[in-house]
Amino acid sequence: MFEYAPAPESREIVDIKPSYGLFIGGEWVDSQGDTHHKTINPASEEVLAEVAWATEADVDRAVQAARTAFTTWSALPGSERAKYIFRIARIIQERSRELAILETLDNGKPIRESRDVDLPLVAAHFFYYAGWADKLGYAGFGPDPRPLGVAGQVIPWNFPLLMLAWKIAPALACGNTVVLKPAETTPLTALAFADICRQADLPPGVVNIVTGAGETGAALVNHPGVDKVAFTGSTEVGRMIARSVAGTGKKLSLELGGKAANIVFEDAALDQAVEGIVNGIFFNQGHVCCAGSRLLVQESVADEVLDALKRRLSTLRLGDPMDKNTDIGAINSAAQLAKIRELAEAGVNEGAERWSPACPIPERGFWFPPTVFTGVAQSHRIAREEIFGPVLSVLTFRTPAEAVEKANNTPYGLSAGIWTEKGSRILWMADRLRAGVVWANTFNRFDPTSPFGGYKESGYGREGGRHGLEAYLAV
Amino acid sequence: MSERLAVRKTYKLFIGGAFPRSESGRSYAVTSSKGDFLANAAKGSRKDARDAVAAARKAFPGWSSATPYNRGQILYRVAEMLEGRRAQFAAELVDADGVTAKKAGELVDAAVDRLVWYAGWSDKIGAIRGAANPVAGPYFNLSTVEPTGVVAVIAPPMGPLLGLVSVIAPVIVTGNTCVVVASERAPLPSITLAEVLATSDLPGGVVNILTGSAGEIAPWLAGHMDVNAIDLTGADADLAVRCEELAAENLKRVLRPPLDRIDWLADPGMDRMTAFLETKTVWHPIGV
Repeated sequence: MFEYAPAPESREIVDIKPSYGLFIGGEWVDSQGDTHHKTINPASEEVLAEVAWATEADVDRAVQAARTAFTTWSALPGSERAKYIFRIARIIQERSRELAILETLDNGKPIRESRDVDLPLVAAHFFYYAGWADKLGYAGFGPDPRPLGVAGQVIPWNFPLLMLAWKIAPALACGNTVVLKPAETTPLTALAFADICRQADLPPGVVNIVTGAGETGAALVNHPGVDKVAFTGSTEVGRMIARSVAGTGKKLSLELGGKAANIVFEDAALDQAVEGIVNGIFFNQGHVCCAGSRLLVQESVADEVLDALKRRLSTLRLGDPMDKNTDIGAINSAAQLAKIRELAEAGVNEGAERWSPACPIPERGFWFPPTVFTGVAQSHRIAREEIFGPVLSVLTFRTPAEAVEKANNTPYGLSAGIWTEKGSRILWMADRLRAGVVWANTFNRFDPTSPFGGYKESGYGREGGRHGLEAYLAV
Repeated sequence: MSERLAVRKTYKLFIGGAFPRSESGRSYAVTSSKGDFLANAAKGSRKDARDAVAAARKAFPGWSSATPYNRGQILYRVAEMLEGRRAQFAAELVDADGVTAKKAGELVDAAVDRLVWYAGWSDKIGAIRGAANPVAGPYFNLSTVEPTGVVAVIAPPMGPLLGLVSVIAPVIVTGNTCVVVASERAPLPSITLAEVLATSDLPGGVVNILTGSAGEIAPWLAGHMDVNAIDLTGADADLAVRCEELAAENLKRVLRPPLDRIDWLADPGMDRMTAFLETKTVWHPIGV
């Protein structure tokens, strides 16, 4: 293995303020409460900034601002709305380096990923939906589909700005206004986005950002002035939201957890499959709802695949997310690290065999080495529960039918992977896998034109593509 | 000689292609719109609902993987069988709703036409709702629709035939299987419809029909962990909220009851089909 010299990205171009208020009605305002929260760099535990935790009264103000703005925003010709959203896309491209650095500092993901994956997808998403704003009558939802009103949107910490883009771009294109709550551990890029809205001269109140934790999110979801709720996060919280929305008539879309099977057949191009396995579960430290967290490998090649996988994992670099050579960054929070540890320990206690490459762990910050469990049974917690970390559970199968049976043996249904050189088998498998996204001979690909979302307890509704408009139109 | 005594029909449940009595042994008296006794209908129980879900689940793999052409033909066959029993259904509607014989005949005709309309959708909805997505990279990317799974349907209390057909057909034409709670007020046409379904090459278990109290049965279906979706069209406001809350437990797809009274004679649109469809997107690299 080559030695790499450190190649740290500079954080000079990022200007983080010591404290942030809320972005309501186009202005920065102070919270009416006095609870503040320090957001930290999970790679160093250094405090980055202090943000307000919005109260019910703050959320109410934000919803009022969005409601007021809705009248004019929804009446604007689609072509004018489109131009605002195109502007936002352009400003994101212009400021993408700064935003990537900010994302990596606040989230802990490697700069290589925030720079090469997150930010290009964020800009592309706004660019894509901007173009829909004046073509909604051609989208197949009737000649003049109407917006819903005020969208209350709650997003997770794993792809902070990308999830913001997935939520805000289609909402605005369809003529809705938005109150968005970023995750409590990763508010900074959403707050930077507020500044982008100002640079774009977006009318006040069209986008409002309220920071906070679960209580702020609950206040937003339960606010009677919200017409549409969109949530990405855990299945547990998704259930609570579905329950609380019952009887209110609010439209709801949920993008929840997953426990995807990544299925490798004996005829697969094994080197490519190994890359796909690594990308499937170790991309973004495994903080990915559609991560390929269950490897199903055909028995005849199991040893060969595992040997190659272990060799490959030994070359991954874990450490400073700001280093351009880093493959595995920091775990986003102490709480998430504790959850990953707890499940990994359960894996050992239930009899699975744990393996990690020799891998120095930085002294400060939250880290978890890439981990592979073999000898996993379907009943083990690590085969059933979403770990949301760099932990792969390996199971084997003999026949395609057995692979399908095991892959579908989960309450989740977000994604799946298939690795084989046989085309008819890919299509046969893809037909039978109960999952919203199936990657064949690839994994973890995303595109604004491509619908994303789950079956079963992975949620409902789709984000991306023409399908993604439906969640924000009165249809 | 006195007039010949009619041989009455025993109205039972329809589960897995068979016509069992309620396991609870219960029945309830069904009366005409004028209050005259018509028949004792089975009063379905929680256990009946669970049996029906098991039958629907068992039927799902076969029905969902049948070709759309085949499903369309079977729905058309249901229409044919219904047409052949026009007089019988018209008489039941006169009894149930107090409508004129002429109106009853029109309602049966509309139900037949509705089935024909949905039958034609089986191999077209995929073209309307699917997509080849132009992703920014060398990938083949295709979105297709698939049925959600087992759907619980609370049929509307009004419209015991046309309303019933209008909620069942869109669910099954795309490959879902269902458990239907029939109109509590006027359940008899639903069991006669079951006789039509049973003689139309529709595999047993694709449609299961329970008669009885929606208020009693629907919550069991809404909370059932092996039901994937619920259509609350026929639920009153309180029952609908209760069912929607219960449905959250396994994140069922929920079709809420309409805000306004439904005109079953109007163009139904696609909503009742799309409510119970999933979109699956498959990626594959392009290369040599």
